[in-house]
Amino acid sequence: MSSTGELRHTALDALHRSLGATMTDFAGWDMPLRYGSERDEHIAVRTKAGLFDLSHMGEITVTGPQAATLLDFALVGNIGGVKPGRARYTMICRPDGGILDDLIVYRLGETEYMVVANASNAQVVLDALTERAAGFDAEVRDDRDAYALIAVQGPESPGILKSLTDADLDGLKYYAGLPGTVAGVPALIARTGYTGEDGFELFVKPEHAVELWQGLTKAGEGVGLVPCGLSCRDTLRLEAGMPLYGHELSTSLTPFDAGLGRVVKFEKEGDFVGREALREAAARAEQNPPRVLVGLVAEGRRVPRAGYAVVAGGEVIGEVTSGAPSPTLGKPIAMAYVDATHATPGSAGVGVDIRGSHEPYEVVALPFYKRQK
Amino acid sequence: MSNPKELRYSKEHEWLSAAEDGVSTVGITEHAANALGDVVFVQLPEVGDSVSAGETCGELESTKSVSDLYSPVSGEVTEVNEDVVNDPSLVNSAPFEGGWLFKVRISDEPADLLSADEYTAFSAG
Repeated sequence: MSSTGELRHTALDALHRSLGATMTDFAGWDMPLRYGSERDEHIAVRTKAGLFDLSHMGEITVTGPQAATLLDFALVGNIGGVKPGRARYTMICRPDGGILDDLIVYRLGETEYMVVANASNAQVVLDALTERAAGFDAEVRDDRDAYALIAVQGPESPGILKSLTDADLDGLKYYAGLPGTVAGVPALIARTGYTGEDGFELFVKPEHAVELWQGLTKAGEGVGLVPCGLSCRDTLRLEAGMPLYGHELSTSLTPFDAGLGRVVKFEKEGDFVGREALREAAARAEQNPPRVLVGLVAEGRRVPRAGYAVVAGGEVIGEVTSGAPSPTLGKPIAMAYVDATHATPGSAGVGVDIRGSHEPYEVVALPFYKRQK
Repeated sequence: MSNPKELRYSKEHEWLSAAEDGVSTVGITEHAANALGDVVFVQLPEVGDSVSAGETCGELESTKSVSDLYSPVSGEVTEVNEDVVNDPSLVNSAPFEGGWLFKVRISDEPADLLSADEYTAFSAG
């Protein structure tokens, strides 16, 4: 399961082991896969609360008078338009339009941003931002070692956090972040979760991570908070229809191919990396619709996996990008790119080739799961 | 994790009960069930199928992966556990009991099946 290379460990490593976590190599980090049953962890997040160590995510700080101008040039979104205290989902693309990573950018102050990259792409994003910063009055700083990241997710998470902080959580909107103190330690409190539930992400100094984890655990004791690993994080985000780099997103796709063309802001001022290629990709997508990302729900019980062919009438019409048994639906589900002609929910005769057998699947709109507010 | 003394084990992490009237029960070990994570689908051989020692005879799907099921011995399948087909989580909750997979009338068995102690050492390494 794990490779033998030198793995990086988060500040919570010893704690995970004391909790009996099954660990796994994820993007060079030794991370908790699950503590007990991943299904139970998944259900806890949907119904109560779950606690995650996400310290492998890559934080990059961009500061200086031209921080906004640099990020508007380096990324496809309108970053200068983000108000301090708010966050934005965006992407960094290559000059040819291919997606290098999807990112969350927090504007911490007038001239200070924190860019959060996927663990597997953190170095690529850091290198690209550093290179693209040439000529701008802005500094790109590798802050991967400066933060531990703990997330508490699920309907009970606001109550748990409120018992540990004076920060104005009710005033903290979805896609926002504010500094505060949680369980006695200074934290950047964000609300940009990836599970489909309400929840919070807490960026803290690594030396405070254990104290914070223990404080959250204690506060969540009475309401069913459990530690959760990467396995349930993946099924939660899949049910929520959220794309994952390396599955739904890659350098061989532009945001328009991924159905996320809305993140590209052509109207922003100045040039940005990939603009020309993305213009062409947008026009191409308009004239000749690319494969569409859809949801598939199994009629049977066999689970589709990434890379399996989607078929109709004996022809390959697409490819599964992520698949798993859905604890919430009680059936296997998948995200897949399929030809536009088969992308309409309810399209007849669609199946997945599961190791030679064509299993019937229903085409549905994403997401599979949406929480009741 | 303790492996029942009365069973024998394969290096593919199946267990095999002592034969009664030439028929043994086959399942996967607790070690294997834990490594798989939550089992959500099992495909078992059918009654009457011939299985061969060390060859695949079914599938076990978990959240993260699909694994082949190997037969620890050669012979004819005499019964499959329909309970586990209907509720694959039995493989996790009771791997040595209610989560058994199939019964086989043994025609031949490999020489390298392990004792409980040998398997415990093998699966720890």
